[in-house]
Amino acid sequence: MKALRMGVGRIGIELKQFFRDRESAVFNFLLPMILLVIFGSVFGGQELGDSGITFAQYFVAGMIASGILYTSFQNLAISIPMEREDGTLKRLQGTPMPRSAFFIGKIGMVFVAYVAQVTILIAVGIIFYGLELPTTSLAIFTFVWVSVLGLIACTLLGIAYSVVPKQGKGAAALVSPVVLVLQFTSGVFFVFSDLPQWMQTFASLFPLKWLTQAMRSVFLPDTAAAMEVAGSFELGMTAAVLVIWTVIGAVLATVFFRWTPRGAK
Amino acid sequence: MPDSAGSAITAIDVVKTYGDFTALAGVSIHVEQGECLAVLGPNGAGKTTLTEILEGYRERDSGQASVLGVDPGKPNSAWKARIGIVLQNASDMADLTVGETISNFAKYYPNPANVDEVIGAVGLTEKVDSRNGKLSGGQRRRLDVALGIIGNPEVLFLDEPTTGFDPEARREFWVLIERLKSEGTTILLTTHYLDEAQFLADRVAVIARGRIVAEGVPDSIGDRRNAIVSWTHGGEEYTESTAEPTAFVQQLATQFDGEIPHLSVRRASLEDAYLQLIAQDRDANPHDDVDGTHA
Repeated sequence: MKALRMGVGRIGIELKQFFRDRESAVFNFLLPMILLVIFGSVFGGQELGDSGITFAQYFVAGMIASGILYTSFQNLAISIPMEREDGTLKRLQGTPMPRSAFFIGKIGMVFVAYVAQVTILIAVGIIFYGLELPTTSLAIFTFVWVSVLGLIACTLLGIAYSVVPKQGKGAAALVSPVVLVLQFTSGVFFVFSDLPQWMQTFASLFPLKWLTQAMRSVFLPDTAAAMEVAGSFELGMTAAVLVIWTVIGAVLATVFFRWTPRGAK
Repeated sequence: MPDSAGSAITAIDVVKTYGDFTALAGVSIHVEQGECLAVLGPNGAGKTTLTEILEGYRERDSGQASVLGVDPGKPNSAWKARIGIVLQNASDMADLTVGETISNFAKYYPNPANVDEVIGAVGLTEKVDSRNGKLSGGQRRRLDVALGIIGNPEVLFLDEPTTGFDPEARREFWVLIERLKSEGTTILLTTHYLDEAQFLADRVAVIARGRIVAEGVPDSIGDRRNAIVSWTHGGEEYTESTAEPTAFVQQLATQFDGEIPHLSVRRASLEDAYLQLIAQDRDANPHDDVDGTHA
């Protein structure tokens, strides 16, 4: 209870740090919007086959799914090594604050940042790129559970991955390639069904492919299901993959998370 | 625990090694409640290792330790609520303001001090809305102290708190620590500034190569019976440490025609005693040089 109260109290300062740090704000928050505008402007009008769906609509759904990865995985995997290096974690360790409060604060920040980001992405999509808000309660329900489950899985994975960069400086260089490769192979920048088979198989191992597919089920008309490799949006499979990655993330984060830099005595 | 009644911090024969490097070779200290002990020593002597073992950050290899009756090797949050920690050179949370930082940290403690009072006590009232990253070195250090005392600690650890300060900032900082002392806070201070130890500490422990080489009230450290006589001759500066300064000066006067140039006679200071202790230790261990990286 105490941990929950302190953790909720940390959400505000976590958000302040997230938005005030210029690199973090641009890289984790604004970048998806910038990419949306660029790709949407260049390729947006192209119709995908004779589906009646434009690339812009397809891309917005992919960027919303990417937003989950940006605000949770990328954000934490870059910021935690910095906090480990600059002494934030060590300082917190020396206070009576329960360690769980730290993670509650991070999770809260991730959720708020995602909601803000996705709101803007949807608004831009509606205004400029012909995106339509989901109308059925089933689609809205899908949007909510996919977002929540995706955020939980990617938050845990971000916390776990935060042990990979040895130093705060340069953490971005070890994190953003992961995000970029997943985006290229998971149906964000390219239409997934156009990708080579091996690339599709590779992407299917990771959460983003399933997140993009689920977001297409939310934001594209039902007829778009025919464009998917499986001929459907495979929501059950999405849930299963996200649950598996949640468990993997939780185990990795529990086993490998460090409060002190590697090599610290 | 072999804790005497009034003892806030006790360490008995604490040993810590990092691979081949012995950081602490059996260190014993005790700090009474309400007392300020300064641990003096050159870089690499083991000051920070000792402090961080007592703060609960590092585990000792052997020996006993107790802070407020609790083994710091097994820290719990009730115990952490009673201690305050000021780590070395911090630069974290640069994007928060002073006020945001301190009021947030107040929430972690069961019995916090008043946020505005703490900000006032460390002299940051005018900086309350400044980002931590925009503070000067001295202001940043005062923020660290504010975070160290916001929980109303019974024991405060200060690890080289004034490194990099200008003399005026150092003085102001000392006044702040004096105030905490007068309020009864037990303080363990590490420093390599002798004047700081002299000013703030009730007792001083000199550490070199992981061993305490001297301990006592500042005036008792080292051989302080001697006086230091210094003068110049032919452009060269000479000093002599002697137990009989009067006789020495009389004898010196016979060598000069009239005034002895730049003559001064003074009691050996803590600094003289300290430098002598460190030099003796170095002479005793000539092949075991410390490179200063094992802070």
